[in-house]
Amino acid sequence: MFENVLRQADVFFTWENALLWLRALGTTLSMAVIGCCLGFILACVLVYFRSSPHRALLPLRLLLILYVEIFRRIPFLVLIFLVLFLTRALGFRLPLYWVACITVTISATAFIAEIVRAGYESVHRTQWDAAEVMNFGRFRTVWLVVMPQAWTVIIPPAFSYFVMFVKETSLASQVGVYELMQTAKYFNNIGISPFLAFGTCLALYFMVSYPLTRFGWRIERRLRERFRREEGAEPLVPALRPLPGL
Amino acid sequence: MTVAENREVQLELREVSAAYPRGGPVLRDVSLQVRKGEILSVIGPSGSGKSSLLRVLIGLLPPSAGQIVLDGEPIDYASRRHRQRVRDRLAIVFQQFNLFQNMTALRNVTVTPVKIRGEARAKAQARAEALLRRVGLADKFNSYPDELSGGQQQRVAIARALALEPEILLLDEVTSALDPEMVNEVLDAIRALSHDGITMIIVSHEMAFVREVADRVVMMAEGAVVEAGPPQQIFDAPQTQRCREFVSKILRH
Repeated sequence: MFENVLRQADVFFTWENALLWLRALGTTLSMAVIGCCLGFILACVLVYFRSSPHRALLPLRLLLILYVEIFRRIPFLVLIFLVLFLTRALGFRLPLYWVACITVTISATAFIAEIVRAGYESVHRTQWDAAEVMNFGRFRTVWLVVMPQAWTVIIPPAFSYFVMFVKETSLASQVGVYELMQTAKYFNNIGISPFLAFGTCLALYFMVSYPLTRFGWRIERRLRERFRREEGAEPLVPALRPLPGL
Repeated sequence: MTVAENREVQLELREVSAAYPRGGPVLRDVSLQVRKGEILSVIGPSGSGKSSLLRVLIGLLPPSAGQIVLDGEPIDYASRRHRQRVRDRLAIVFQQFNLFQNMTALRNVTVTPVKIRGEARAKAQARAEALLRRVGLADKFNSYPDELSGGQQQRVAIARALALEPEILLLDEVTSALDPEMVNEVLDAIRALSHDGITMIIVSHEMAFVREVADRVVMMAEGAVVEAGPPQQIFDAPQTQRCREFVSKILRH
């Protein structure tokens, strides 16, 4: 088996193939980036309307709650087929890449909405009162007072979801998007050893995910330091202290 | 007889009641008159409705009955426009300061004039700096609330309220959340204001201070006005049993 791998190494590790992998990596990453960025914006809009006290918006609020509760519970793979067949049925022949991007957006919106809502709730009610008595209005209260304070609560878990979606997009291979997973399958299909094909795929996923996770930790630490003196706020992760007696 | 008694009535409450959405009534048929330039102090035990009274006036708690009249105009607190008009003329300082945590002291003071009222930034900033200097925070312009002591935060909050150039200033137990050594710095700031002729409604537990600055004192219990009169009457010769009990409890030590 391993002789097979060694024998194929020469054919597999070529510049053309490297380019193919690189393009696949770009597809994987860009799907996650586009989906999560759009998802983030939509989640902010969603939560803004969802938390509105306006009585007239009650039906809309229920709809938004339903959206979040449903789409957080549908598996990504099921959702992508749904988007694919629904767009086809409606007569849109979207490129598969965009089908995957839309799926990430739909899913990310639901997940990130819950984080943004937690961010809203982390800001004390009295901050809303203070803004209200100075005639801020809801949009300005959220924009000038609530969101700037909620960032610290929103960014770290939102970034974790981004890393999760980088991996989740491997399921887009099921509808034929040429991202990392599909590329691995392609190489395997033309006779390359699965150890080489999927091993490379694994290595690339790791090479991207690991630094991203590290970067996420760094943002979290930075945010925590900036707000360390916030009264009564327990740190998300207890600070490391030297053991007594050492 | 104080100077203020000759002046016109600026704010009047006529049998105002209020209740929190879930819970019993917090104000029962409260009637009050506040004259221009008067310093009215509201005292009473915890839960007597003092803070609720201020929350009703600023539009955070809708009154369930009665009428509130500002400069002869009845206010409809159910109307957004009315609430906004009231808030253009009244300002409140909260017990817990409620400074915006994401803004420096200076920006806390300028944000409403600039972002909400559309004033020129330079003008608002100059006024904010003057106000912060006045409350003794000349060196704290760029400090965030979490870098300031409670007393300093409360002084920023007072400057923030004054930057709105209110006709009536509401002070809601502004020293209750402070450590004892910081109480005086805040009271000094308010004392200085009391000479400016701005109308103030002060809810406070600092009896000595109330006696010193107030033109008139209102004692409340269980959401209703028990007795109202000049400080000499309320503290030295209360007319009602309820007020006598409260004052004797407070002044005993």
